[in-house]
Amino acid sequence: MDIVGNVLPQVLKDEATEDKGEMARLQSFVGAIAVADLVKTTLGPKGMDKILKPTGPGQEMTHITVTNDGATILKSMYVENPAAKILIEISKTQDEEVGDGTTTVAVLAGELLREGEKLIQKRIHPQHVIAGWRIARDVALKRLRDISSENDINSQEFHDDLVKIARTTLSSKLITSDRDYFADLCVNAVLRLKGSSNLDYIQIIKLPGGTIRDSYLDDGFILKKQITIGCKRRIENAKILVANTAMDYDKIKIYGTKVKVNSMDKVAEIEAAEKEKMKHKVDKILKYQPTVFVNRQLIYNYPEQLLADSGITVIEHADFEGMERVAAATGAEILSTFDAPERAAQVLGHCDLIEEIMIGEEKMIKFSGCKKNEACTIVLRGASTHILDEVDRSIHDALCVLITTVKNKRVVWGGGNSEMQMAAACEEEAKKVQGKQAFAIEAFARALRQIPTIICDNGGYDSAELIQNFKVELQKGNQNCGLNMTDGTIGSMSELGVKECLRVKEQALMAASEAAELIMRVDDIVKCAPRKRERA
Amino acid sequence: MSLAFDDYGRPYIILRDQGQKKRMKGLEAYKSNILAAKAVANTLSSSLGPKGMDKMLVSPDGDVSVTNDGATIVEKMEIQHPTAKLLVELSQSQDAEIGDGTTGVVVLAGKLLEQALTLLDKGIHPLKISDGFDRACDVAIKHLETISEEIDIQANEHEALIQAACTALGSKVVSKRKRELGKIAVTAVLDVADLARRDVNLDLIKIQTKTGGSVEDTRLISGILIDKDMSHPQMPKEVKEAKICLLTCPFEPPKPKTKHNINISSAEDYKKLYLQEQQYFVDMVKLVKDSGANIALCQWGFDDEANHLLLQNELPAVRWVSGTDVELIAMATGARIIPRFQEITPEKLGKAGSVKEVQFGTSNERMLVIENCQCTKAVTILIRGGSQMIVDEAKRSIHDAICVIRNLIKDNRIVYGGGSAELACAIQVLQYADEVSSVEQYAIRSFADALEGIPNCLADNCGLNPITSVAQAKSRQLQENNPRIGIDCMELGTTDMKEQRIYETLSSKKQQIQLATQVVKMILKIDDVIAPDDY
Repeated sequence: MDIVGNVLPQVLKDEATEDKGEMARLQSFVGAIAVADLVKTTLGPKGMDKILKPTGPGQEMTHITVTNDGATILKSMYVENPAAKILIEISKTQDEEVGDGTTTVAVLAGELLREGEKLIQKRIHPQHVIAGWRIARDVALKRLRDISSENDINSQEFHDDLVKIARTTLSSKLITSDRDYFADLCVNAVLRLKGSSNLDYIQIIKLPGGTIRDSYLDDGFILKKQITIGCKRRIENAKILVANTAMDYDKIKIYGTKVKVNSMDKVAEIEAAEKEKMKHKVDKILKYQPTVFVNRQLIYNYPEQLLADSGITVIEHADFEGMERVAAATGAEILSTFDAPERAAQVLGHCDLIEEIMIGEEKMIKFSGCKKNEACTIVLRGASTHILDEVDRSIHDALCVLITTVKNKRVVWGGGNSEMQMAAACEEEAKKVQGKQAFAIEAFARALRQIPTIICDNGGYDSAELIQNFKVELQKGNQNCGLNMTDGTIGSMSELGVKECLRVKEQALMAASEAAELIMRVDDIVKCAPRKRERA
Repeated sequence: MSLAFDDYGRPYIILRDQGQKKRMKGLEAYKSNILAAKAVANTLSSSLGPKGMDKMLVSPDGDVSVTNDGATIVEKMEIQHPTAKLLVELSQSQDAEIGDGTTGVVVLAGKLLEQALTLLDKGIHPLKISDGFDRACDVAIKHLETISEEIDIQANEHEALIQAACTALGSKVVSKRKRELGKIAVTAVLDVADLARRDVNLDLIKIQTKTGGSVEDTRLISGILIDKDMSHPQMPKEVKEAKICLLTCPFEPPKPKTKHNINISSAEDYKKLYLQEQQYFVDMVKLVKDSGANIALCQWGFDDEANHLLLQNELPAVRWVSGTDVELIAMATGARIIPRFQEITPEKLGKAGSVKEVQFGTSNERMLVIENCQCTKAVTILIRGGSQMIVDEAKRSIHDAICVIRNLIKDNRIVYGGGSAELACAIQVLQYADEVSSVEQYAIRSFADALEGIPNCLADNCGLNPITSVAQAKSRQLQENNPRIGIDCMELGTTDMKEQRIYETLSSKKQQIQLATQVVKMILKIDDVIAPDDY
């Protein structure tokens, strides 16, 4: 029925719903703010963790996750509210794009909408709010770029910056007590990539047992596989042939073939031919004169034995990623045909030493002194798989941030400094803008300031007082002041060495404001009738 | 459904399962149809104009999309009502024909139906109403043509085109960057446009999306971007002076289409077959290599062995390139699509300045860019944005802008936006109404009122007082005899749309009025709805 009382015909499908105007807006605000509030407590060095417990039947469903990582939390949540889904989406994009700041982006978008809601209640049209936000975002972005600094990529300062950034990223995670150790570890791993941004080449091996402190970066490369029985366990000056070829039964690829014989002799003959074919392949491989043979696929006993007899160490069933890493590290070419032994020098990988090592209880193969040295391995140890998973995520975050920093090179001060600076810039701008937009610009500043406020709150400090002092310090011209979360005071970030990557902040600011704008523009939510699912 | 009974009280059964059908007739049917159609138009009306709002649509599977595009909104609403569905089709045909103005057309139809409802209440016959609308429509179209202006699309670095694109983008979430995106769209269209024939093949503009970054990072690539990477991780990531061999046959042993069986009955056969198989791969790669190609793009997959042979022969290759991409690459690089290895000849190769792999973000996603193609008649717009929803919406917006530019290249006449064209038509139609002596007069007058509904709606969405601003604009149009006075949506301080440079294409406006009138006429002709009862 409409307002006048006319009975309106049903336009949408039976279970579909349509919310308009205020109702629609209320729904988005509530959803988005709820999501932001949920992850808010994980923000900052004193943020808390969440336990994620999957629902549903089955053994694997009992595996819980303990994490502090915004993207992981949001990804595993099932939400119904469409606005909440948008927040989750930006958090995921943040994770893919820069790897860190996934909580910040959701919280910032949520805080923007919280401020937006107040403005709407004051009867300011959403389009005016958006217009103001757009001005504010540009001003904030400009300030953010202005306060960032750049160092030459090869200088010692840049290296120090990287360590500081890694420390800052790791300080909000489980391994905060060992952050110096892990920061060095991550920086060394990233620098080994020599500017390449392919994270695949950094392998992370998780082994339960020992303490977190026992984790280390291996300068060689570790393959989580075993050397086949009967082969040498230690090879010096190894020449490695990396292959992706069938070493079980080499089937004929010509379409429609079928073996059809009429006597037992013929069967034996064909069997022999098959064997011979394999032998032939092995012979061809031998012509390359490798000392180690790594294959992605299974190797059957017969070729294995042939190879082992020739004194070649065989590693079978390496996974695809592992193979690529071996190839990258040793400079080998991944072979599938073996008809050009004259190219042996070109295609064989090389490393000084291959040996079987024991980490904890597991046997692994270590390649050290590799030709190209691009791939490396981080071995993580810890008391339980939950801890290891969380450490893995933290290290992943740190690595992503470091790679982004290596690409982007610009850094800003951490400890809430950049947010406060941006907020200050917005407030200055608000004084110059005529019209209702100014309210929205102020609101933007307040939302930005919420980030350090929440960090304080999570640390159990008096946020109101700290943030005010912070403002005053900035006003005094103290450009590098920030929150000292160990003492609960305002300190100098250059002394504390808290730095963050500009790109992460930039992306968080852009994504959050884009998402908030998107949600703000909505005045109508149509939910289609859910698809009927037949239960299997 | 009511039944007729004979003398013995038995019902006459006329329709099959008559008892289960619902039937609406006469005035009841008209009103119900009009109300349903109006409900759809009402949903869309708040999306009209530069300050229009967006709709959030949740699909049956729970996916969220946020959009301002009329055609997308009505499509995703999953409308069930039969008459309301007509409006969905209306919006879609505007989208198919013109590409832009999909919201406006539905809103106009809604306004016309609203007027029809009051006329029906007055007791005017539906056919008279539709006749009147028809005649009014003709007048409006004629007037649109007289007030339209030809613009020089070449002048001032295509400034007019950029402005028109900006008008189209102004109502979208990307409006902040409308100037940059407008330029991208204009350059893209002009790159592929055939100015002599005044035609644009939109297939040549590929719109690729990738989440991450922000809308500002959207850029135009004068070449083709394909979402694929090299088939072997160790192949070179960049090929300069590429000679492209475009294949639609897999690097695998051939599969004859006739069903067959090869029976192996002896060891010799087995060995022979093995050798032959090896030979296949060698031959294939050799044929490609001999033609002088230095990169092979294939629609199908590669066998591991073939893949390695390609690497060994230093022939970078890409597998599983989609069919549309293959065609696009063929057009851009001048390559011929080669269905068999035997038919590879040097002339059939396409040429491009470079083919290289680019990587995005921290996750391992790579794409291939083919740049400086021999006949650069294909471009790609790479859209970036903070989330999937923004990227999707940006894609729809850019599509709209591209359509507008194409229409201007086809027909360079424009009218001014901001509701000014509708107002001018309304004034003209109103004058004409007084000359008609029959009942249609009322319908024609109502048509004028409906046209005024558009600027009314625009003003409403912009937070202006709709009645005052429309009245002011109308009186100024009459006094100054200036059909360019409209609604000042952006609050720039002038109502002359020529000064605000709000351009809309004549073809789009014409189409809007014609299509809306047609659909309204159709709805007005329905006087009986028979539907299953459970509807």
